[in-house]
Amino acid sequence: MRLELRNVTKRFPGVVANDSVNLTVESGEILGLLGENGAGKTTLMNILYGLYEADEGEVLIDGTLVEFVGPGDAIAAGIGMVHQHFMLVPVFDVTENVVLGVEPTVGPAGHIDMEEARAEVRAISAQYGLDIDPKAVVEDLPVGTQQRIEIIKVLFREAEIIVFDEPTSVLTPQEVDEFFNIVRSLRDAGKGIVFITHKLGEMLEIADRILVLRRGKVVGETTPGQSTKGSLAKLMVGRPVDLVVEKASAEPGDVVLSVQGLVVQDERLQRAVDDVTFEVRSGEIVGIAGVQGNGQTELVEAITGLTLPIAGHVTIGGEDITLARTRRVHQLGVAHVPEDRQRDGLVLDFNLSENVVLDSYYDRPYSRGIIMDWDEARRHAIELVDEYDIRTPSVDVTAATLSGGNQQKLIVAREFSRDMKLVIASQPTRGIDVGSIEYIHQQIVGERDSGAAILIVSSELDEILALSDRILVMYRGRIVAEVAGEKATAIDLGLFMAGATA
Amino acid sequence: MTEKPDGVTPEPEQPRRSRLRERIAPRDVDWRSLVLIPLLAVIAALVLGALFIAATGGWGAISPAYSALFTGAFVGWRSISETMLEATPLILAGLSVAIGFKAGLFNIGAEGQMVVGGFTAALVGFSIEGLPPVIHLLVALSAGILGGALWGFIPGLLRAKTGAHEVITTIMLNFVAFRLLDYVLKLPRIQKAGRLDPISKEVLTSARLPKILSWLPVEDAGRFRVHLGFIIALLVAGFIYWLLFKSSIGFEFRAVGSNPSAAKYGGISVAGSIMLVMAIAGGLSGLAGANETLGVLGNAQPGFSAQKGFDAIALALLGRSHPLGVVLSAVLFGALRVGGRAMQVQADVGIDLIIIVQALIIVLIAAPELVRAIFRVKGTSDAEQLTRGWSV
Repeated sequence: MRLELRNVTKRFPGVVANDSVNLTVESGEILGLLGENGAGKTTLMNILYGLYEADEGEVLIDGTLVEFVGPGDAIAAGIGMVHQHFMLVPVFDVTENVVLGVEPTVGPAGHIDMEEARAEVRAISAQYGLDIDPKAVVEDLPVGTQQRIEIIKVLFREAEIIVFDEPTSVLTPQEVDEFFNIVRSLRDAGKGIVFITHKLGEMLEIADRILVLRRGKVVGETTPGQSTKGSLAKLMVGRPVDLVVEKASAEPGDVVLSVQGLVVQDERLQRAVDDVTFEVRSGEIVGIAGVQGNGQTELVEAITGLTLPIAGHVTIGGEDITLARTRRVHQLGVAHVPEDRQRDGLVLDFNLSENVVLDSYYDRPYSRGIIMDWDEARRHAIELVDEYDIRTPSVDVTAATLSGGNQQKLIVAREFSRDMKLVIASQPTRGIDVGSIEYIHQQIVGERDSGAAILIVSSELDEILALSDRILVMYRGRIVAEVAGEKATAIDLGLFMAGATA
Repeated sequence: MTEKPDGVTPEPEQPRRSRLRERIAPRDVDWRSLVLIPLLAVIAALVLGALFIAATGGWGAISPAYSALFTGAFVGWRSISETMLEATPLILAGLSVAIGFKAGLFNIGAEGQMVVGGFTAALVGFSIEGLPPVIHLLVALSAGILGGALWGFIPGLLRAKTGAHEVITTIMLNFVAFRLLDYVLKLPRIQKAGRLDPISKEVLTSARLPKILSWLPVEDAGRFRVHLGFIIALLVAGFIYWLLFKSSIGFEFRAVGSNPSAAKYGGISVAGSIMLVMAIAGGLSGLAGANETLGVLGNAQPGFSAQKGFDAIALALLGRSHPLGVVLSAVLFGALRVGGRAMQVQADVGIDLIIIVQALIIVLIAAPELVRAIFRVKGTSDAEQLTRGWSV
């Protein structure tokens, strides 16, 4: 099968998301689609999948013009998509999830033939080495396995072309290796693969051909053999990018953040953070590595006053803030980049000026008494948009209209523009482009060098390794290992993250 | 829109027109959904209402009925006075519901808050003697605001401290307010002398809202009933606009309403905002109640709130919870009521039609896609939702 997009153009108000894009993918090859966030990768794939209609251009399968009104048409034509966020019913078992919507039925009453479905799931699993138990309940399975269910779903619907949208963002390093083997076996079985990512290393490892998008346009086509990380980054961003974070060795000073014996319960009253003790000193970057869901979220919430711990103490600059409110924590000079920018970091219906003062609106210069000075907030927003290269038509649009990367830059801009002595950044560069990652990393290192204490929580090992002076690994609510930044390797950390003890 | 701007585009100067629009409507809401859809909903509801007239009185009945509706509401000083009078409590109660919506709360208790506020205002109006006119009126109005605020604060407190949903608690408190009114109106110190039915003593003239159009050099000007309450309602609408969009308190309300998680992250006390906004909402409804007891009625009696607290929910939706939208919707609803009475007398079309038209407006507002489909308004709503979920 040969899938072709010709001169596809898609406009959104104020933005050309895709500008005459040409793309071809054939059976038995892995096409890497590389681009910054906001470059138009996802929009392009949504056109391909029938979720959007292109303003101009056409889609051809084996040379024949096709028109997709919805995802159903795309699926029927043999196109499958594995989304970044899984679409599974947690309480259903694997087979039930796979057949959802295309249940094989027997007889006029529509009795579902689960046995046949299970047999087929088992067959697909064996054929591609997916190692899935068709009867396992989804909510009990690790994320990597859930992703494989999504792959089975696509194969069950007999897809010939499979699109993976940022598939590795939720996986541990070991899971990524397994996942790449699966993708290769799919290719070798004659499937055509479109692999969307913004990670350069993965692109070089997995792709047969690489297409680079920048601001909606195809700016280059190359192969891993002809490229390096540096050359790809240059294509993607449009200028040479410094991929290695330049930093001098740390000169830790006084203790700024001290966490002693902290215990935090999650919503189900489980000990999400279980007796955690550590310190962060001024002038050093401490990274907390770990697969998502091992207590990092609750740890950060307890430090920033969003949740109350049930035991232990937190002090910032000597002041006990264990039971303090969020505002007090902010006032002590804590910059907080939350892990879920859309849930916690921004009010999406608010415009940029309003979002820029979300945690500082209550005092000068943005308000006197209860009277807001929106002109001042707007001025500040314009400054930040300028300084942090936030791509937006103006500061008067809502935050919802920004791309994910630009939303993140807006938060980082807001938090870093305050006077601060402690930075707590959860997934600070999740889903943002290489150029901005470079910028944000430089900012973090810059803040360290000017004396701030930095706590980074990230599930991206590359980020932890690039930035941290010390690395703590969290597993099931506990800190299971501490490694000096310069001695750490991805392999060791990966083992700790999977539960090996030091 | 032609091309995506290259890099940053801070826009120091905004075009005039959008500034104006920004003032009329809250920022960054598609003007179609904000102004056009409500307008078209009203038109569609009137057209559908015409079908009801035709069904009962034949096609020929439509034109006289609607012309009576219009003249009854807007033609002549008396009609205008009546429309303004009818709109006054609707503006205030509508603001009460609207400010709740802005903070993500569904205040169904405007009716009960009107009852409590209206009664406390009347109580002060007839029981304190010897105050100079302006002072007495101010004190009585304040009592109305306080009474309503208390009645709104209770569900706010329950929501903030226990999570009890305000929809349930405000509905229940409405019933408590009705029965409470029945009870107190029979107390000897409150009941009007010589009456057996539940009705309060007469509010003293010093606490009554003065008429504002009786100076007009027109015949019968003395009988134009619209009073100072209308001016107060407009001023309050302006104040609520300021509060919501220009003050830090309103910023907190709107943040809590749009995204409580982010509000909490920003250091805003979500529980505090909920309690405060419910008290303010109650105070607005209380003022609406005071407007009735200190205005035309001059006493408190069962049913003085006349379901206006419920109409307020509908018109707050129609006005998209924006103070200006609420004022316009309240005037529209007032006009429908007043014109409806004329329609009943002159064209013999029952005033129930007005209720049908109001209901149709609300159905159409609640289902904007329906209006888009009827009038083929180019919609951005799907695109908006999809972009939120899917775009890069």
